[in-house]
Amino acid sequence: MAQALAPPVQAAQTRTKETEYEPKIVAFFCNWCTYAASDLAGISRMKYAPNMKIVRIMCSGRVDPSFVVEAFRAGADGVLIGGCNPGDCHYKEGNYKTMRRYMLLSRMLQDFGIEKERLRLEWICASCARELQTTVDKMTADLKRLGPLDWKGV
Amino acid sequence: MAKPKVAFYWCASCGGCEEAVVDLAEKVLDVVAAVDIVFWPVALDFKRSDVEAMPDKSIAVSFINGAVRTSEQEDMAKLMRKKSGLVIAFGSCAHLGGIPGLANLWDRKAIFDWYYSKGPSVAKGDGSAPTTKIKVPEGELELPLIWDTVKALNQVIDVDYYLPGCPPTPKIIGNAVNAILAGQLPPKGTVLAATKALCNECKLNETKPEKLLIKDIKRITHFVPDPEKCYLAQGLICMGPVTRGGCEALCVEGNMPCSGCFGPLDHTSDPGAKAVSFIASIVDVFDQKEAHEVMEKVADPTGIFYRYSLPSSKLGRKRMRRSS
Repeated sequence: MAQALAPPVQAAQTRTKETEYEPKIVAFFCNWCTYAASDLAGISRMKYAPNMKIVRIMCSGRVDPSFVVEAFRAGADGVLIGGCNPGDCHYKEGNYKTMRRYMLLSRMLQDFGIEKERLRLEWICASCARELQTTVDKMTADLKRLGPLDWKGV
Repeated sequence: MAKPKVAFYWCASCGGCEEAVVDLAEKVLDVVAAVDIVFWPVALDFKRSDVEAMPDKSIAVSFINGAVRTSEQEDMAKLMRKKSGLVIAFGSCAHLGGIPGLANLWDRKAIFDWYYSKGPSVAKGDGSAPTTKIKVPEGELELPLIWDTVKALNQVIDVDYYLPGCPPTPKIIGNAVNAILAGQLPPKGTVLAATKALCNECKLNETKPEKLLIKDIKRITHFVPDPEKCYLAQGLICMGPVTRGGCEALCVEGNMPCSGCFGPLDHTSDPGAKAVSFIASIVDVFDQKEAHEVMEKVADPTGIFYRYSLPSSKLGRKRMRRSS
């Protein structure tokens, strides 16, 4: 019986060794700017790291800090919030609220042992597909260096 | 008819909740007239073996205060659960984890290292730390095991109702006792306090401006606030908008902003994240550098926003590095 079980276990070990760790990024993108940029990146057939799962929201100001906390708890290795540049918010000041929330939330998450690099806030305009590409690639590389967050909770 | 039996127990707590029972003042006589107190370690000399000897579910209500952070507290909580019809988490620590829950920003090793060998007051000692078992000439002694993680009561046993507060106020204790005696209890799991935010019952609410915006965040030690004006409007962090009411704004009555001991409102997913959201929304500063300066003035955001609720928050504790 033990012999019969041995091969699959070995196979699993070699598989984890060979496959590179792929971080999971949850991205909250504002409908008017960053989501449009990701659309443009798609239409322009730009290549970037496939590690990001996008949640489209109407405004980056809609990102309640509890969404971010929930994403980490549920297994995200990183969270990326994308909004319009300061002054460009479709709803005038949603992105400023997100900016201030991010400032507190980032400090708080570090107290929980979640590194600063795991939560990013970026202003990416609707035509900034290139910027989106470099941001996602950079964040993926950063997270690969940090390793899995693998949140287990209490 | 025999009087219903009532028990009190304390886990990781400061004794303030026991004090809250005494604070019922002469009303405690009414309570004692209506019920039999069968177990109350702080006041009456009953032992664990006395509780063990009671039939299951023979205690009508157990009020348990304090967070759970040792093996003994867990055992006692489970024993009380077995012997009681109703278990009520009494006070912030049992309800949400409370102040002891902030220890979840460290772990046992870090805490023991500091308090038994590295801290300035013990640095010259021999570094001996508590162990669960020790041999002395008289025999082997045993101490409970302290966990890495502090828990709220409902993370260890099934809890029927919650009395929030640090400590619960005489009024909400009285209401709860009356509801139990009259058999008019709300659905299981209810927090026995208000369902609206504290601002709703705060006397300073009418001084709150129509649109509440602040240019700066201050601390109570840095200036003398006007006790007749909404503290948030003066730039002090007051947890009123994200805290359950029911205490009748006692702290505000005592010229201090709310620190949030009644915990979050129903349906709040994460108390600290919600508080961050509300504070950041009312800061009326748009320049990135200036906003950064203002937000930096929130000293210790985790300690302020999760002051009473860290163990029952979504993340629950600081990340533990697991050795694979």
